[in-house]
Amino acid sequence: MSIDIKSVSKTFGTFEALKNVSLSVGDAELVALLGPSGSGKTTLLRIIAGLDTPDTGSILLNGDDATNRGAGDRGVGFVFQHYALFRHMTVMENVAFGLRVQPKSIRKSKADIRDRVMTLLKLVQLDWVAQRYPAQLSGGQRQRIALARALAVEPKVLLLDEPFGALDARVRRELRTWLRRLHDEINVSCVFVTHDQEEALEVSDRVAILDSGRIEQVGTPQNVYDNPANPFVYSFLGNVNLFHGRVKEGKATVGDFEVDTPEYRNASDSPAVGYSRPHELELSRERSGNDSLSAVILQIQAVGPNVKLRLKRTESEDILEAEITREKLRELELKTGESVFVKPRLVRVFIADPSETPLNYQI
Amino acid sequence: MESSQQRARAHSENPIVRYLLIGSALLFLAFFLVTPLLTVFIEAFDKGWDAYRAAIVEPDALSSIYLSLMAVAIAVPVNTLFGVAAAWSITKFDFIGKNILVTLVDIPFAVSPIISGLIFVLMFGAQGWIGPWLAEHDIRIIFAVPGIILATMFVTVPFVARELIPHMQAQGREEEEAALVLGATGLQTFFRVTLPNIRWSLMYGIILCTARAMGEFGAVAVVSGHIRGQTNTIPLHVEILYNEYNFVGAFAVASLLTLMAIVTLALKKIVEWKISE
Repeated sequence: MSIDIKSVSKTFGTFEALKNVSLSVGDAELVALLGPSGSGKTTLLRIIAGLDTPDTGSILLNGDDATNRGAGDRGVGFVFQHYALFRHMTVMENVAFGLRVQPKSIRKSKADIRDRVMTLLKLVQLDWVAQRYPAQLSGGQRQRIALARALAVEPKVLLLDEPFGALDARVRRELRTWLRRLHDEINVSCVFVTHDQEEALEVSDRVAILDSGRIEQVGTPQNVYDNPANPFVYSFLGNVNLFHGRVKEGKATVGDFEVDTPEYRNASDSPAVGYSRPHELELSRERSGNDSLSAVILQIQAVGPNVKLRLKRTESEDILEAEITREKLRELELKTGESVFVKPRLVRVFIADPSETPLNYQI
Repeated sequence: MESSQQRARAHSENPIVRYLLIGSALLFLAFFLVTPLLTVFIEAFDKGWDAYRAAIVEPDALSSIYLSLMAVAIAVPVNTLFGVAAAWSITKFDFIGKNILVTLVDIPFAVSPIISGLIFVLMFGAQGWIGPWLAEHDIRIIFAVPGIILATMFVTVPFVARELIPHMQAQGREEEEAALVLGATGLQTFFRVTLPNIRWSLMYGIILCTARAMGEFGAVAVVSGHIRGQTNTIPLHVEILYNEYNFVGAFAVASLLTLMAIVTLALKKIVEWKISE
């Protein structure tokens, strides 16, 4: 079932949680709402579910206006961040709840409900805990039961609020891939909220990035990562190095190097910021041309396939982060305290006006 | 390991201080609680079992027991309904005037019981706001059973609500929201999700409410008029007997209240244990 969010705004007292937000989720699509805490992502999810009502704007489910429909009549499943399992009911009773509260006319027989619950428990690989209480389960198990409970009423849309937020790193990764597989199997539209960019980029078909109640960018994970719409999206989707500078008549001077920025050719000397990801910095022993910066190595962290380095620029005291391969580290024989030259392979320049569209520049 | 040893040392550092503290606490309890409690039973049985029994089965005493039970039977269910409704609306919804409602619930705790009684005299009494209208229609509230029930209800308003609010606040709204999204109606949500979660806190509140409704003296004394066999509750009957120097009778009836208090305490303990479970 498709979801259309049309210019939704919501305020709590004086706090503007959502400012004129619009977003469409296609049939059987998995969309992540990504943003820092307080960005409005959970509020948006609750409005889709009918747990909150928007001040203005509307929610369309499958093309029909559902803004005034109650949460129970929208055909949505909701998985809460802290599971919200009924603590006085067994796992079995929890999953059966949605089926047992249906009006008598459409309610399934006891045997049918039992079968359906057991099928769902098998789907989440937890049929062996049916008689336990939520307090006797681990966090990951509770989350899967919460999911089975939401799926019991065959929702057309599944909404998940920080589904893996309270779990430890290993379980998170496991459940993440499992959710993706499950989504492909049952084929319902999914919207899930997260503040973890890695999670959003890994699991979803599309990502919507929110900040202070606005959607900053929507796109496929690769698209938003490679072409961030603005500095916020850029810095939110991974580590970045900042270079402050100025743009004048199509040329940006950031730090010691110059970049051609033809789309800013009409700009008359405005402040600008250049961004480079750690893996986009190239390190060398010798200065190569005028575009290199000199820096001192503060720390070398050689855990994992790549090596992370913390560097301090000699002129400006700014800290840089670089990521290079192990081979490169061996080749250069770098040690803490030594001097190196840093050259960004790629810098994206954003002028101080956020409405300008950024482009990528190969140096 | 080290820290637990240190803690043990901190405790054993000065045994004299420890025994002094424990000793004075026990002495205080013995003097102010145990002795008076024992006195009630010693005085009640001063003239033997027959005198005790006679004091309780005497018609005026029975009528006071009946009246107290009736006040409890009406005040406790009404306040339970009100308490659940108030706690539910305060903890599950946001509305204007919520803080005022929380404060209002506490008023009976804050004002003296005598004032609570006087409020009803001023409202329904012969010189009160609607007293003359009531007199015209031959409805008696003050110096009659309705007044006693009203006064009892007033002083016991906070018990159930106060017990439920913190508990329901700690539980949050998520389980109710989960039930609603799953298609449950408001009533289904209340009876299948909310009520099972609060049942022991609710029991606790009801026990405290019952104990207070049985034992209330001040507010009831003001509205009752002390008509023997008609408007006397157990505490009021005890006072009358005592003022008439009928010590055996006074303490015999008082022992009923004391027994009830002990039963309440035991029930309370069981429920507390259930809650912590």
